[in-house]
Amino acid sequence: MQINKTAVALIGLGLVAPFILYPVFLMKVLCFALFACAFNLLLGFVGLLSFGHAAFLGTGGYITGYMMLHVGLTPELGILCGTVAAGVLGAIYGKLAVKREGIYFAMVTLALAQLIFFMYLQAPFTGGEDGMQGVPRGELFGFIDLSDNMTMYYFVFAIFLFGFWLVNRTVHSPFGQILKAIRENEPRAVSLGYNVNDYKWVAFVISAALAGLAGSTKTLVFQLASLTDAHWHMSGEVVLMTLLGGMGTIFGPIVGAASVVTIQNYLSGGELGNYIHIIMGLIFVVCVLAFRNGIVGEIQKVIKRNFGN
Amino acid sequence: MSVDYVLQTTDLVKEFKGFTAVDNVNLNVERGTIHALIGPNGAGKTTVFNLLTKFLIPTRGQILYNGEDITQMHSAEIARKGVIRSFQISAVFPHLTVLENVRIALQRKEGNSFHFWKSDRVLNKLNARAIELLESVGLQDFANTTTVDLSYGRKRALEIATTLALDPELMLLDEPTQGMGHEDVDVVSDLIKRVSADRTILMVEHNLHVVSKLADNITVLQRGAILTEGDYETVSADPRVREAYLGVSEDEVVPGTEADKAQQAAKEEVTV
Ligand SMILES: Nc1ncnc2c1ncn2[C@@H]1O[C@H](COP(=O)(O)OP(=O)(O)OP(=O)(O)O)[C@@H](O)[C@H]1O
Ligand SMILES: [Mg+2]
Repeated sequence: MQINKTAVALIGLGLVAPFILYPVFLMKVLCFALFACAFNLLLGFVGLLSFGHAAFLGTGGYITGYMMLHVGLTPELGILCGTVAAGVLGAIYGKLAVKREGIYFAMVTLALAQLIFFMYLQAPFTGGEDGMQGVPRGELFGFIDLSDNMTMYYFVFAIFLFGFWLVNRTVHSPFGQILKAIRENEPRAVSLGYNVNDYKWVAFVISAALAGLAGSTKTLVFQLASLTDAHWHMSGEVVLMTLLGGMGTIFGPIVGAASVVTIQNYLSGGELGNYIHIIMGLIFVVCVLAFRNGIVGEIQKVIKRNFGN
Repeated sequence: MSVDYVLQTTDLVKEFKGFTAVDNVNLNVERGTIHALIGPNGAGKTTVFNLLTKFLIPTRGQILYNGEDITQMHSAEIARKGVIRSFQISAVFPHLTVLENVRIALQRKEGNSFHFWKSDRVLNKLNARAIELLESVGLQDFANTTTVDLSYGRKRALEIATTLALDPELMLLDEPTQGMGHEDVDVVSDLIKRVSADRTILMVEHNLHVVSKLADNITVLQRGAILTEGDYETVSADPRVREAYLGVSEDEVVPGTEADKAQQAAKEEVTV
């Protein structure tokens, strides 16, 4: 009930936002918010810390870019291809990773993501360091021209809402119930007869596909697929967004992504641009040490304390 | 002679880096009985449970369940065959409600556990059955309590309700009354007696009073190996058992010392 009201408010906000703020900025926030929501599904609701989610963001971006540039697909099909590709990659990586636990899980995902990064660095179709430039936005369903930023914004917003809904549904589904059980007490879930690795794997694939969806969409927005999205910095950034916003909360990743993108935009324009990594690092440290529940988590705590349930 | 065994192990061994925690154990659990596995701390009781449910891989030996060799099976698979275990430390899902805890178990046979596109409201149809199970352990009034807020004894009762939800053929209970006050011990042992009606129970139990009340057969484990077996009279009369429990034999004990007091206490307990 609480969540429904907040969601309705957010949808309203999302609909009027492009009249107040710069649409390209908003689209960037939405893409990263979706990326963080996908990541949070694993970290917040299964307890798996992936340190290689850039691989899926990057894969979505490159595949969609390629499809738009060289195959001439319509944007919805281009995005679908990127999403599926990331999902398939997630299926393979997930199979290898879910057998490991804790830090080993993080290391396996990092190693696999580095593998794909170097592949994209070398592969001729990605354009290497220059990236894949001039990706056309195309015409949605063959007749809605997306070159206008306002139109594009609402398309991106719709994609975001779909991804957000899917994460939410997954969390509040029969499957999500088992995920919670695994996070709470994995040996007990096993002893009740659940093959926990299969559940982790499915969650991993959903998360990877949604991260791919975010990457695909981002490529269309900026008409560019670049190595930045596949770099391990990006894998770290999504951890920061999720922790800052509040992991394991529904809205945390959105707030976290919006904060990080805003701070980066603000800093990169000004004199502090050179210190951007240091400042982000400091924020990370403060957030881990002082606000362990993240922005949304802390707000929820205050609300609970003052208004009961 | 045709005794019907649910579970049998042959020469079961578990070595940890040269240390033998379970040493050639031949366990035979008769169908429909309550079988107690007792022994001093570190005897290897929990390790045996871990081997039976494959939370640990046996170094050597064979495990038969209903005559079928399950030595190579995975934990979850063994559970789906009908062997459900509990853990020495309470095994609940602490931040789910009491009702949800039981529902997790009930959900497995629903076949919707991978349905991520459906609302979890479809699980509400399991509520009636879950409440029934909670009633059977006296927890019906706590259905909507977050499990972490339950008392220790109630958590253990919830664990049993969750295990019962799967209607296991063989229930493995690792010290179900550990850390409980007298009243809770009685409640839980009555409960175990009740649920043993149409299944087999293998339990680790330190409380000899509970063992004497419940167990049809007892296996005493010491340093990983079986010391003796039999019913309560046979086992409690065996001087080696008392020695195993206290680390000293009766005639070595100097009267009036700590060891003597402990032995007297143990004797009293044995003769309850
Ligand atoms: N994973 C492990 N690695 C190494 N040693 C282990 C491991 N698990 C158990 N042990 C050792 O095996 C022996 C038997 O332990 P186990 O937990 O089975 O005893 P127990 O009979 O259940 O004792 P308690 O009554 O205290 O629960 C102990 O000496 C323990 O230290
Ligand atoms: Mg033990």
